[in-house]
Amino acid sequence: MAITIEIPTAFRRFTDGEPRIQSAGATVADALAELTAKYPALSRHVRDEQGQIRQFLNVYLNEEDIRFLDGESSPLKDGDRVLLVPSIAGG
Amino acid sequence: MWRYSELLPLPQEYSASQPIGGTPLVRSRNLSERLGVKNLYFKNDAVNYPTLSFKDRVVATALAAARRFGFKTIGCSSTGNLANAVAAQGAQQGFDTCVFIPGDLEPAKVLNTAVYGGRIIRINGNYDHVNRLCTQIADKFHWGLVNVNLRPYYAEGSKTHGYEIAEQLGWELPDNVVVPMAGGSLIGKIAKGFCELAHLGWVEPKRVKFFGAQATGCSPIADGIKRELPRFVPQKPNTIARSLAIGNPADGPFALRLIRESGGWAEDISDSEIIDSIKLLAETEGIFAETAGGVTAGVAAKLIQQGRIGKEETTVVCITGNGLKTTDAIAADFPASEAIQPRLEAFEALLSEQLKDAVNA
Repeated sequence: MAITIEIPTAFRRFTDGEPRIQSAGATVADALAELTAKYPALSRHVRDEQGQIRQFLNVYLNEEDIRFLDGESSPLKDGDRVLLVPSIAGG
Repeated sequence: MWRYSELLPLPQEYSASQPIGGTPLVRSRNLSERLGVKNLYFKNDAVNYPTLSFKDRVVATALAAARRFGFKTIGCSSTGNLANAVAAQGAQQGFDTCVFIPGDLEPAKVLNTAVYGGRIIRINGNYDHVNRLCTQIADKFHWGLVNVNLRPYYAEGSKTHGYEIAEQLGWELPDNVVVPMAGGSLIGKIAKGFCELAHLGWVEPKRVKFFGAQATGCSPIADGIKRELPRFVPQKPNTIARSLAIGNPADGPFALRLIRESGGWAEDISDSEIIDSIKLLAETEGIFAETAGGVTAGVAAKLIQQGRIGKEETTVVCITGNGLKTTDAIAADFPASEAIQPRLEAFEALLSEQLKDAVNA
């Protein structure tokens, strides 16, 4: 099974410049775990100290924000895309 | 707004090309009496130049930065007002413009962008989808998207709305401000503006309560305040107040914190209450606000009735957009009347008919 995780530019310095990472995770949580295991420096940018997905990071499964699906337990199927999109706030 | 240039992130010797901001602070005479409050004001950015919304301010500072960074193409993700402002100022300053909007936007807002000649990309989806796409576009293209990669400069422009409120109150801060919330940025920038003026010694420091206003059909921040949530829960917008229809507000966490720390509150009203409030504001104060203005005015009235805003206090309600842009929301309430012959008898007959209707009603 192949899932693609799309990495935003701001995170690519932690993925050796890779814009896309393949994963075999069965859920969004699995895919993120696989990603951060491969690139440990990314961990603290994905999850906060309590282990929650960071407030300013939006995670999409294909077209939908995972908070409108089953959150991190949303199941993945072959060909799915997981997008990490930082929310652009403040200034 | 350029009188505050020293407090804005502008290049040195920046010469502004358009007179933006400086909108009226209107003291309420009639609505305040009806609500039983003494000092109620409307900061009326519905008459901002050039495109009749507060977004003219943020685009002004963002485009100064865009020029400095050498962008040729500018754009934005928008619920309408921002697209109008980007298209107009972009055209005047010679940028190529490309704005991204949700596919179901009010026709008047699309037309008010199209007329300036730039590109408009309509997206199948709501603002949150548009915004996500723009984040990816900003990542890939060398374009200056005012509320994405120019956001720090854009956001600073909002402070001028706050500076002007303080100046127009005679260099005093109000007790309360009621601010519409979409992405949740403006409320924080008004607070920042007030803090800066106090820091400079131009106003006496004061604890201003910040109140947020949303439509019930898209109220993630108000919901977070009312349910005392640590984080807001995103929503799928469904409201006629499309300029506030942002279900996943990027600055929502900051707005939540500011409202809580200031001792303020947030409320929301339904679509029918929005329409009633638009009419009430027009009938009492002669101000025709867009749907977002109906939200703010209606929420202000609700907060006064709840006792959260005191009757003796000074309260400023922020009107951020013009009713001429959202006429479709209220058109059904004003069907065209039948035309009469241009004769005095015809007019007198009509008048007595209407008098009879009024008596029977």
